[in-house]
Amino acid sequence: MTDNVLTYMTFFPLAGMIVVLLLPSGRHNLIRWVSALFTVPPLLLAFWLYRHFDPVNPGLQFVEKIPWIPAYNIDYFVAVDGISISMVLLTALLSFLCIFASWGIDKGVKGYFALFLLLDTGMMGVFVALDFFLFYIFWELMLLPMYFLIGIWGGPRREYAAIKFFLYTLFGSVLMLLAILALYFTSEPHIFDMTKLIAQSGKYGTQPLAIWPFDQWGWGFQHVVWMALFIGFAIKIPAFPFHTWLPDAHVEAPTAISVILAGVLLKMGAYGILRINFPMLPQATADLAYYFLGVLGAWNIIYGALCAMAQKDLKKLVAYSSVSHMGYVMLGMATFTTQGINGAVLQMFNHGTITGMLFLLVGVIYDRAHHRDIDGFGGLAAVMPVYTGVTALAFFASMGLPGLSGFISEVLVLLGAWQKYPILSTLGASGVILTAGYFLWTIQRVYLGPTNEKYKTLPEINGRELFTLIPLGLIVIALGVYPEAVLSLLRASLDHLNQVVIPHLS
Amino acid sequence: MDLNNLQSLKFFYPETILTGTILLLVLFDLFLRNKKNLGYIAAVGCLISLWATLELYGTRGGWLFHRMIVLDNFSLFFKVISLLAALMVICMSLDCREIDGVHQGEYYTVLLTSTLGMFFMASSSNLLMAYLSLELVSLTSYILTGFLPHNRRSSEAALKYLIYGGVASGAMIYGMSWLFGMTGSLDYARISAALLHGEVHRLGLFMAFVFILAGFGYKIVFVPFHMWSPDVYQGAPTPVTAFLSVASNAAGVAIMIRFFFPAVSRLGEGGNWLFIPGVEWPHFLLFVSMVTMTLGNLCALNQQNVKRMLAYSGIAHAGYLLMGLVVLNNDGLTAMLFYVMVYLIMNLGAFLVVVIVANATGREDIEGYRGLAWRGAAIPAVCMAIFLFSLTGLPPFAGFVGKFFLFAAVIKQGGMFVILAVVAILNSVISLYYYAGIVKTMFLDFPQPGDPKVEMTPNNSALLGFLSCLTLLLGVYWGPVAFYAAQSLRFFIK
Repeated sequence: MTDNVLTYMTFFPLAGMIVVLLLPSGRHNLIRWVSALFTVPPLLLAFWLYRHFDPVNPGLQFVEKIPWIPAYNIDYFVAVDGISISMVLLTALLSFLCIFASWGIDKGVKGYFALFLLLDTGMMGVFVALDFFLFYIFWELMLLPMYFLIGIWGGPRREYAAIKFFLYTLFGSVLMLLAILALYFTSEPHIFDMTKLIAQSGKYGTQPLAIWPFDQWGWGFQHVVWMALFIGFAIKIPAFPFHTWLPDAHVEAPTAISVILAGVLLKMGAYGILRINFPMLPQATADLAYYFLGVLGAWNIIYGALCAMAQKDLKKLVAYSSVSHMGYVMLGMATFTTQGINGAVLQMFNHGTITGMLFLLVGVIYDRAHHRDIDGFGGLAAVMPVYTGVTALAFFASMGLPGLSGFISEVLVLLGAWQKYPILSTLGASGVILTAGYFLWTIQRVYLGPTNEKYKTLPEINGRELFTLIPLGLIVIALGVYPEAVLSLLRASLDHLNQVVIPHLS
Repeated sequence: MDLNNLQSLKFFYPETILTGTILLLVLFDLFLRNKKNLGYIAAVGCLISLWATLELYGTRGGWLFHRMIVLDNFSLFFKVISLLAALMVICMSLDCREIDGVHQGEYYTVLLTSTLGMFFMASSSNLLMAYLSLELVSLTSYILTGFLPHNRRSSEAALKYLIYGGVASGAMIYGMSWLFGMTGSLDYARISAALLHGEVHRLGLFMAFVFILAGFGYKIVFVPFHMWSPDVYQGAPTPVTAFLSVASNAAGVAIMIRFFFPAVSRLGEGGNWLFIPGVEWPHFLLFVSMVTMTLGNLCALNQQNVKRMLAYSGIAHAGYLLMGLVVLNNDGLTAMLFYVMVYLIMNLGAFLVVVIVANATGREDIEGYRGLAWRGAAIPAVCMAIFLFSLTGLPPFAGFVGKFFLFAAVIKQGGMFVILAVVAILNSVISLYYYAGIVKTMFLDFPQPGDPKVEMTPNNSALLGFLSCLTLLLGVYWGPVAFYAAQSLRFFIK
């Protein structure tokens, strides 16, 4: 059992999907409970993993490697290390909670939960796969259920949002496929095994290519491949200017799917850059990180925050706040300092929990009022005090109030950035002010002030909803006080990663 | 081996069985009451022939009938492909409303004759034989296309097909006559020897190739010989469309590979083929490939009829297939063979769903698929989604693996081929839009009152289950089939 823990975590939901498909489609509650049941073992295994993960070891742990298609050196190769462990935990947790957040789905219940479980497998697979081919399969596997989940169960503009999401992501991933093939054929013998590709990273040429326009920019093979991979990942993050799918997809998706999108899918972009671009193409990373991660990250922070401030729709505001917060991740990664890179990965985790809460909270109010217009509420604090309290916690965590988890990661990122790029760090810090601006303004408009007569009778947040929010809230507080709980898992691997790139910095 | 007529018969039994079946069909058509049984007879004939073909697979190979046709793994592979296509199309036709109304005896006879023609296309090693076999397939295809009596679209399609086919094969035989004039032989091996050792007029040879390409291009459906396909695909009975789109296409690929590789190129080191210096047909085809996939995909975007859309998608796929040809190495050719196999499965599957829906609703327009998943046809809808996403090239479906091999062959070659790869991936993204458009109509739109329910017959559900499972399975574990494709790349040269 313990040898194959990652396989179980990945494929348990897939087994659940098959079971759900076999259930009679009329028994809605049965389907919901069975789905919930199948997300429990991954969660328990995640706890087990957390307890048994060796934080001092920077290498891969819980490795499983079986030949899959030997003729092409494709393996079934899964493992975790400090880069992925936090994401695996986050995925297991959010998948479990989101089943309960989906309880209200009553159209095509069977299809919804089957697809949700398939999505779960895809997400987990991306974070544990260490064979490039396997990684790509999981990466794409995720797209299909996502398309249907947004497209069938989404809001009024669901069709547009679903296909836009699909096309953007596919565009990124086919570029990634070309990059994978380019790396495959450069390696000798041809392999997809990421660890071996990393070991051969010296082979990927950095001489400027004799092809216009790359020769003008001094770009070599590494840089071109880096860029192809980066675009694929940047679309997922989403980095400006590839972010336009995000507000549409987040706003139209049902609540639980928004949580998954923001909480897990966005992290895949940043995770991919850390897992692949950094160690496999260190020279290109050293050359390009400042422009494409640092500057773009700072721009994401400011741009996302300004966009969020202008929104009238609560969910869209949260969506743009994601764009802004993922900017910190990019900025932190670009610094190659211990603080910066640890802050970036911690920010990935924190953003997952905090934004998860935010989307759940938007879902709560939308289920009651059937609209999300920020100016259409007012004085909800008097009507729903508990709800308002939880919201305030999530908002404050998101804007980086000391004592809550968001603060730690943002400060670490800014500390790291200050050492290398003081200007970007300053810009990033000003983003914190903008964030505080739009969140406080939202609190004022939605929760404070005179009570809106229309919503005098809104029911308070119920037990099921609290059940999905409380674990996340507890994590937010706990990590605000004791971030070491997650940071200790990351440090060894991330420092090792930094050491790979730093020698290439000029 | 260079066998005479009598010795050859020993290695000719798949064709003999097929011919026997055709004659039996004609005979039984006279007194069988239930014409559906003819379909079963045809299917059994195909099965026996398939067994015989597989039996021959792996033999040393040789020339049959005084070097007219050649027996090698390569030809057997394509014979298997056309038999599989014929089998599935027969199965599809058994429960197809369009086919119920026609003379089934003739239908199955002509279908099998066409398959026989494809056998010869795959194995001809002589220009004259190549031309004759191509014509045999073309003539039977015209008949099959126009098989629906009193249907104007069907008749129009057949006439268009005939005219385009006439022009294309005219151009082809003209090109062949140039080649004959330059080399003094119709035999592939002798042409090869003459081209490699003698002095040839390069421009003349290039022009001969371009003319010959007209004939191949019209079978594989690449630009600029694609104009017939949307009309023919739309007008022909759906099982026939399915047959043309996979089997005829595959046979075209076979005849083209055999002509351009063993006959007029030379195998160099490491599985790379060398073309005759100065006769730049690969570059010409590189350009054709890019134009074909782009044009096919762009035209497919706006189609309202599923069959017509699949016709344009077929053009796009012909463009993808050519990628394997232009890189001039064995990896590319293997990728092509694999892709032909995969394309057979997923494209037939998509047409099968078209048949199922048309049986129930009589509609072939995309609007007729509205809310299919929600009106009792969740299984065909899910299968259709699988086939369409597989055609797009998404994992974990077979189409992804097929495209993966093609891209891999192109990227491996590097250099300017990277441009081709980039064009191809952009095309994959474009193609998602129209494939997902059908998926959207089936799942994301909801049915309106009055939309008929869709039900399946046992034959169709069995075939549908088989094809969709295969599409999934080959997307996850394709090792044996890839091995089979690689094994099949064995030409008998001398």
